[in-house]
Amino acid sequence: MNPIDALFQRLRSQQRKAFIPFFTAGDPDLETTAKLAHEVARHGASLIEIGFPYSDPIADGAVIQASYTRALNKGLTIDQIFALVRQLVQQGPFKGGEVPLAGMVSYSLVHHRGPDNFLAQAAEAGLSGVIVPDLPIEEAAELARLATARDVKLIQLVTPTTPRDRATRIARMSTGFLYCVSVVGITGERQELPAELLDQLCWLRTQTDLPLCVGFGVSKPEHVRMLKPAVDGVIVGSAIVRRWEQIGTKPIDAIVREIGDHVELLSNALAE
Amino acid sequence: MPSTTEKVPDQHGHFGPYGGRYVPETLMHALRQLTEQYDHARDDPEFQKQFDYYMRHYVGRPSPLYFAERLTKEAGGARIYLKREDLNHTGAHKINNCIGQALLTRRMGKPRVIAETGAGQHGVATATAAALFGLKCQVYMGAEDVRRQKLNVFKMKALGSEVISVESGSRTLRDAINEAMRDWMATVAHTHYIIGSVVGPHPFPAMVRDFQSIIGTETKQQCHDQLGRLPDVVVACVGGGSNSAGMFFPFIADRDVELIGVEAGGRGAQAGDHASTLSYGQPGVLHGSLSYVLQDADGQTANVHSVSAGLDYPGVGPEHSYWKDTRRVRYTNVSDAEALEGFARCSKLEGILPALETAHAIVEGMRVAKQRSHDDIVVICFSGRGDKDCFEVARLLGENIEG
Repeated sequence: MNPIDALFQRLRSQQRKAFIPFFTAGDPDLETTAKLAHEVARHGASLIEIGFPYSDPIADGAVIQASYTRALNKGLTIDQIFALVRQLVQQGPFKGGEVPLAGMVSYSLVHHRGPDNFLAQAAEAGLSGVIVPDLPIEEAAELARLATARDVKLIQLVTPTTPRDRATRIARMSTGFLYCVSVVGITGERQELPAELLDQLCWLRTQTDLPLCVGFGVSKPEHVRMLKPAVDGVIVGSAIVRRWEQIGTKPIDAIVREIGDHVELLSNALAE
Repeated sequence: MPSTTEKVPDQHGHFGPYGGRYVPETLMHALRQLTEQYDHARDDPEFQKQFDYYMRHYVGRPSPLYFAERLTKEAGGARIYLKREDLNHTGAHKINNCIGQALLTRRMGKPRVIAETGAGQHGVATATAAALFGLKCQVYMGAEDVRRQKLNVFKMKALGSEVISVESGSRTLRDAINEAMRDWMATVAHTHYIIGSVVGPHPFPAMVRDFQSIIGTETKQQCHDQLGRLPDVVVACVGGGSNSAGMFFPFIADRDVELIGVEAGGRGAQAGDHASTLSYGQPGVLHGSLSYVLQDADGQTANVHSVSAGLDYPGVGPEHSYWKDTRRVRYTNVSDAEALEGFARCSKLEGILPALETAHAIVEGMRVAKQRSHDDIVVICFSGRGDKDCFEVARLLGENIEG
């Protein structure tokens, strides 16, 4: 069984929720990214989303774009990211897929490498799923077919602006889980989460058996507590990634620990 | 390889394999709404009438098709005609699209528009249309470009728009587009994004082409009236590709008319030295559509260079990719040095300062004219005037005119 499916099956039977941190590969460097993966796994991460830096990320907010730029300026390559994943899945909680790894990657990069080639390399390295945020379902049929053949989950996104008939079609095409975008707009932290989101989640429940995970704009324990009853998982990205803006003013290890503490705070809120 | 080049795009915005919508789900609903609204507007005679009214009385159309006698003599071959888009209000073809999209914005009942701009030409044209129709307007511009293009920044402000300096990424046009897309994702309920070229997700490439097609439609009519026949060759420069798409599209079915697109050859063929996307790029995804792109080995967007800010873009409209593959249009390039020479020649021989973008088309037009007989007709799309480039040209010639 794909580790992502196994994870949600396990969590459901234990009546627990998934805590899913996101961070960029190679920001500030690959060695630190590996350390960070272990740190967040130790502090309650159920699954980790690894961002593949891209030069023109229209689907991401300013915090994540700045992080991508920092990584690319150091000459990061996709092969290096795959090597990092390959190394991670041989150790600790990542071995055997107890904490699965998923890639967040622009279709620009997937297309350039060739979709099947990209998926083959991702699967071989040890990624259990990919999220391609700029590939709507109209263009996704081919990639979905290839991903199924490689047993890589292709996680699709639903947003507050998605009409209901369309949301149903997206849910049907998604595998692993359904990524529910919480606010209109791009990734980033918000002060509060809208009530309509809870309505949409309740409705989605009636449409799909897939786990529902909410991301975009989640940064505080209050957000997590509010979402908890309606979701199977919570994704936190910008609130983690922005900590790397402090680089140069603080030692790297201190920032890694800070992120670990924040992850623990949020994952505890989810486990209460 | 597809063989027909007329019935595109399809309902999903595909020009053969190119185009489409490679955008976050957040934008899909807005793009579908926009497509619907635009389809209705396009088929509404009242909308067309409004567009024609502003084209004639505000922009100053039709723009002349002018026989360039001295350039013809200099080339020593085919007769050269210039389609004078430089005589439009705001000095270039950009205004055609901005008026069209601003009218559409008003029709959709949205009070605000945003735009991206490189050197500032599209920004000024958008600010102009926004002032005309009383729309709130914010223009995203790379921080590097804000610094280099002070005059256009001032013009946009004078026209009542706000200029937002973009500090992310390469701090140029690419990043301005990324920021504008991001703004639009959060504001789409009350904001329309006026893209400046035939790029981006469907319906933008087709919509911008349609608004710019007034160039080619007029040219065809003028050839008929003034010359009694179609031209033999039509030449236009290609950055994102809007003046060329507007010029070429009405001629696509006229197989005997040779169409030539001219890209920026920059300093040479090496990566990073040019912006010849169709000559040296490969199919990829950038800014929401599949088209030829200049990328590095990993698929990251490559840095590009051109003396002309308007051609300095690593992508190109998807319909151009389609025309390239179907061989309906031939694409070539002209270097920085050649373009500067073209700028000087056209200025001295015709008394018209061309934009540096336009200078690329002039060089290729003269090259082609030289190889043809005096009976043949070459039309060059004179996309814009060169006033905006005087500081840059002077700088390259080692003259200080900033006082």
